[in-house]
Amino acid sequence: MKRIVSTYLIGLIFGIGIMMSGMANPAKVLNFFDFFGTWDPSLIFVMGGAILVAAPGYWLVVARPAGKPLMDAKFHVPQNRKLDAKLIAGSAVFGVGWGIAGFCPGGALPAIGTLNPAVLTFTAALIAGIFAAKFAQTLTARRTNSATA
Amino acid sequence: MITEFTPFMSLFGGLLIGSSTVLLMLTLGRIMGATGVLAGFMQPSSASDWSWRAALLAGMVTAPALMTLVTGQAPEIQVPVNTLMMIVGGFIVGVGVTYGAGCTSGHGVCGMARFSPRSIAATITFMIFTAITVYVVRHVFGG
Repeated sequence: MKRIVSTYLIGLIFGIGIMMSGMANPAKVLNFFDFFGTWDPSLIFVMGGAILVAAPGYWLVVARPAGKPLMDAKFHVPQNRKLDAKLIAGSAVFGVGWGIAGFCPGGALPAIGTLNPAVLTFTAALIAGIFAAKFAQTLTARRTNSATA
Repeated sequence: MITEFTPFMSLFGGLLIGSSTVLLMLTLGRIMGATGVLAGFMQPSSASDWSWRAALLAGMVTAPALMTLVTGQAPEIQVPVNTLMMIVGGFIVGVGVTYGAGCTSGHGVCGMARFSPRSIAATITFMIFTAITVYVVRHVFGG
């Protein structure tokens, strides 16, 4: 129960941060990238502020003598450090989508709470895209497996 | 559509995002990535894996209501694009973040804060492609 309540509060802090920052406002997001038009540099302060806290914060958390988080047996941190084509291609595709819609997943999730129709439309399409990609990945994996078998 | 330059609000929002990110690592040892949280919520590996994701998402979606209650006005969402672009953009984002294994929160904040080479490469890549897309949509097609 303690775990659920604290996680809920962490989600709430994240959501308030997103809503205040402007990350859930497509007009602001798209203007951040529109250097040759209605440029609004606000969002650099979002990423800057977040990393300003998260970089030393992560370091302190991981450096704790306990060597594990407060409510879990271990840290679940990606260990993969290799750059590959999938990562770069996927990120490029994400950038194209973000530039079209103006919402990213982190911006849209808290904004669902506003019940704004554009947010709900984006989120439904986002989920469809995730499932489509996961299905494609399963097919690719199956084909690779049968090719090597 | 012109938007107001809000350095202090954006910085404060960013500090809150960073704080929640650190707290999630401190308590559960998890990365605050919207893509990962959402994907795992829809296809959880176990009941306990689902419950923390559900709690986190519940916290996120209640934020706007709480803010409206406290400040007396709903957080601003201005949408300068049409429904078709929302659908197409959303679907493309879903495909991209699945192959790219992360988005602005997971790579752009958490990964950058861990100095992960993958996340730094991913963040630079999507920022460039977002900027190109916005340029093409607004200044080539004149959307």
